[in-house]
Amino acid sequence: MSLAKVPYETLANALGANRIADDLARSGHQVIRTGSHGLNWLEPLVEVDGVAFGPVKDAGDLDAVRIGPVQELPALARQQRLVFDRCGHVDPFDYDPAWIRAQLEREPADILEQVRLSGLRGRGGAGFPAHIKWRTVHDTPADEKYIVVNADEGDSGTFADRLVMEGDPFRLIEGMLLSGHATGSGKGIVYLRSEYPLAAEIFGKAIDAARGLGLLEAFDIELFVGAGAYICGEETSLLESLEGKRGEVRSKPPVPAIAGLFGRPTLVHNVITLAAVPAILDIGGAAYAELGVGLSTGTMTFQLAGNVRRGGLIELPFGIPLRELIEDWGGGTKSGRPVGAVQVGGPLGAYLKDGELDTPLTYEALAELGAGVGHGGVVIFDDTVDLVQQAHFAFAFCAHESCGKCTPCRIGAVRGKETVETLMAKGHRGVPGTDPAGGGDRHGDAELAIIADLCDVMEDASLCQMGGMTPIPVRSALGLK
Amino acid sequence: MDATSDVRDIAERFTGLIGGPITALRKIVEACGHIQSAHVATVADVFNLSVAEVRGIVSFYSDLRTEPAGRRHIRICQAEACQAVGARELTAAIADKLGIGLGETAADGSVSLEAVYCLGLCTNGPTAMVNGDPVVGATPEGLAG
Ligand SMILES: Cc1cc2nc3c(=O)[nH]c(=O)nc-3n(C[C@H](O)[C@H](O)[C@H](O)COP(=O)(O)O)c2cc1C
Ligand code: FES
Repeated sequence: MSLAKVPYETLANALGANRIADDLARSGHQVIRTGSHGLNWLEPLVEVDGVAFGPVKDAGDLDAVRIGPVQELPALARQQRLVFDRCGHVDPFDYDPAWIRAQLEREPADILEQVRLSGLRGRGGAGFPAHIKWRTVHDTPADEKYIVVNADEGDSGTFADRLVMEGDPFRLIEGMLLSGHATGSGKGIVYLRSEYPLAAEIFGKAIDAARGLGLLEAFDIELFVGAGAYICGEETSLLESLEGKRGEVRSKPPVPAIAGLFGRPTLVHNVITLAAVPAILDIGGAAYAELGVGLSTGTMTFQLAGNVRRGGLIELPFGIPLRELIEDWGGGTKSGRPVGAVQVGGPLGAYLKDGELDTPLTYEALAELGAGVGHGGVVIFDDTVDLVQQAHFAFAFCAHESCGKCTPCRIGAVRGKETVETLMAKGHRGVPGTDPAGGGDRHGDAELAIIADLCDVMEDASLCQMGGMTPIPVRSALGLK
Repeated sequence: MDATSDVRDIAERFTGLIGGPITALRKIVEACGHIQSAHVATVADVFNLSVAEVRGIVSFYSDLRTEPAGRRHIRICQAEACQAVGARELTAAIADKLGIGLGETAADGSVSLEAVYCLGLCTNGPTAMVNGDPVVGATPEGLAG
């Protein structure tokens, strides 16, 4: 009997994977449900006896979409998958706990040292060195310590957290167990956004399975599903939310590693940060640090999305030029038109234009452009993009999602949005000195000056990076510096 | 399901859990369609919070709706990756077709439209969720049903 692997994953399911799995079972295949490989343009991607087919429309006519042996798919073979090595290949519940059991025998000090050597930095947005947070949680005495996983994944253009939680939930559980063991924490909580119901189903099942395997005796895991708030991805807002309150951000210090959930030392990490830890322990921190460039060590799970032909997840060492990601991997725009702008790092990320696309994707190179890697999302727009409209959206989104606690963000975003509306009414294209209306009181440069000023205030005086980073997409879209 | 005692039962299931009041309110929306003021009082009582605190929670989170959704509840992604492939045009077209805007429900309760910011399906936009089911490559005709 031939073995068919069909993803059980939100995108593949929306494209008919459940029906295809049923049809293949009916036609005599042994069907197992795997995660997704993240080659989204090929979904539903079905594997029969090692050969890939996709995008499959009709399970009865696989040959119409035959691609070739899975092991030889260039889009997979050219990646360097450390976090996503199992995802897509296996039934996540067919899990052998031997490796993690052995790792949990290691001394906490050894694990902390490997994380330090790896140079691992947070994949949630800020890129803060992980080991400093681990060390702080470890060193802060308390009756209880927490590991909190940030699976709020609100950034447009990102889905890596979802793919791991749906396709290889044990990878995240391993990362949580290891961080709990290393820092002396007995409780882990996953904050998952409510827009991901399948991830909640699969991860909930994985927690039960882990408990059944006896993995959750020294360290327990609880899943919390959010209730619709982008700001709850900000770590202090997230902690407030876990305490059952409005997700209003806290002022820092104290940092969560010292006083986080219920005032206890709390290690807050993105899903991908923790999911990288098993690979680090497997190959060793020093070997991990050899990947990437400078202080941007290891692999990054880039996600190509928006107007792109071959969108999906690409795990590669840091340093690949943005243009290579877009053209080589992505195949350019889906519309076939030239690339107009690329937003890197989610709604608080910069809009980069043609001259900036040769930038290598590292924390440092992007910082030089006033941009950031964020959670690795790369959203492509073609040349029909209206960047003034995107600047308007950046302010509108901030106004919509602001928790309201600080004035620069709460008021600044609304004033910014109104001012861009005036600019739009004047037909201004954004770049100072190129006002098509030309001079007089229709001159949009006055509005641009107000916007520049608002951006400065929001950047300098907001309580968190919601208000503090909204100027990044605004300035880059409008050509302000 | 609406009786206050049932709502109390729901709320009490989450008292010992992390983020309990929020989960309780989310489950009440799942069971009753929306949160009514009597529910707010019940949750406040169960979690030993003030009514004002619970109202504060309800008003903060967009899933905690206080008005019923339409029988066909359409949430359309308005975030950047979907904008890049026509989410704005799709939203305008469906609003036009249904005669309601984002955040509105048809007078007969048949359908409602709501904004959502990213469903994590950003390679296959524009995307939407119809009564909780994800839709990729969404069209006005497909969404209207
Ligand atoms: C407005 C806002 C939204 C954020 N959303 C997320 C998110 O969805 N997921 C995430 O991991 N980090 C998010 N962050 C970053 C977190 O505050 C925090 O830096 C991160 O969870 C730390 O984990 P890391 O060290 O593994 O990156 C957000 C930050 C801000 C300011
Ligand atoms: S931006 Fe629409 S699904 Fe992510």
